[in-house]
Amino acid sequence: MIRRRFALSPALLMSLALAGLLIVVVLDLPPQPGLAGPVAQAMDQAGVGHPVTAVLLNFRGYDTFLELAVLMLAVLSIWSLGRRDPIPARPVQGPVMHGTLRHLIPVAVVTGGYLVWVGSSDSGGAFQGGAVLGAAGVMLMLSLPREMPMPPALLQRLGLSLGVFAFLAVGTAGLLAGHGFMGYPPAWAYHLILGIELAAAVSIALTLVLLFLGGRSRKVRHDR
Amino acid sequence: MTVDVISPQIYLLCGVLLFVLGLHALVVRRHLLLKILAVNIMGSGVFMLLLGVAARGEGGIDPVPHALVITGIVVAVSATAVALVLMLKVKAATGLARLPLSGPED
Repeated sequence: MIRRRFALSPALLMSLALAGLLIVVVLDLPPQPGLAGPVAQAMDQAGVGHPVTAVLLNFRGYDTFLELAVLMLAVLSIWSLGRRDPIPARPVQGPVMHGTLRHLIPVAVVTGGYLVWVGSSDSGGAFQGGAVLGAAGVMLMLSLPREMPMPPALLQRLGLSLGVFAFLAVGTAGLLAGHGFMGYPPAWAYHLILGIELAAAVSIALTLVLLFLGGRSRKVRHDR
Repeated sequence: MTVDVISPQIYLLCGVLLFVLGLHALVVRRHLLLKILAVNIMGSGVFMLLLGVAARGEGGIDPVPHALVITGIVVAVSATAVALVLMLKVKAATGLARLPLSGPED
């Protein structure tokens, strides 16, 4: 496509003007105390040691619950758009790929599990761990000589909704026990949060793999 | 230290630039894949802006914007996946994954 360089189109002019305005606004932002103080004060009843995890799964648990619901909704909307196409090409199998896979997949599983577990005290959490596990799943899907047999549909759906339902169950139990919706008893908070994170990580990993595949599984299996 | 004073501002400026860059591409480009990428770049600009704002607080780094960014990344990934599948459906239906030069109402 031939296009004139340095042509000052209206779109470019407006973008530059918007950039200038936004820069003026952003540089002029007044300093604010933010929410670091209130979060630090409430950390003793958060159950976890890392402030971001405390915000995600305790103080603003409702957001994270709906975020898991958004992930599930994305898979449902992709499934409603049709069946998936087969991956167009399969890689040539060889000793290098088998060896790499054999080493990388366990490392990815251990890394993902560690990231979920460490989220309570350091950087990490269900999303980071789930992303690593999901990446391992996508790598496995792409490198096998033929299409990987998927677990039965019921099991897929259970796995997809595991995170949402675990979160919802714990949140509702908190409501019934008098801690408010999505509230935890402080003494149990650590164990409940870790359990939710594990369930969420499994759901997120499965969601990412299914999002990558795109579409419902095909009815007719072509083995060749 | 001048570095400590300057660095959050740089994140804010780069966030603005990424956002405007993505917005410009979203308007100018006709290919749907480029439009989806443009929305993602706009989102990255917003995330960078949020993290820059989080670093400016007086009582240390504010964890709430960080949590918002994690939520935002996950939502962006889901929306991108849905958009990509929709793009493939457009390609399958019309043969082209780009918008026409003029709409039907012109």
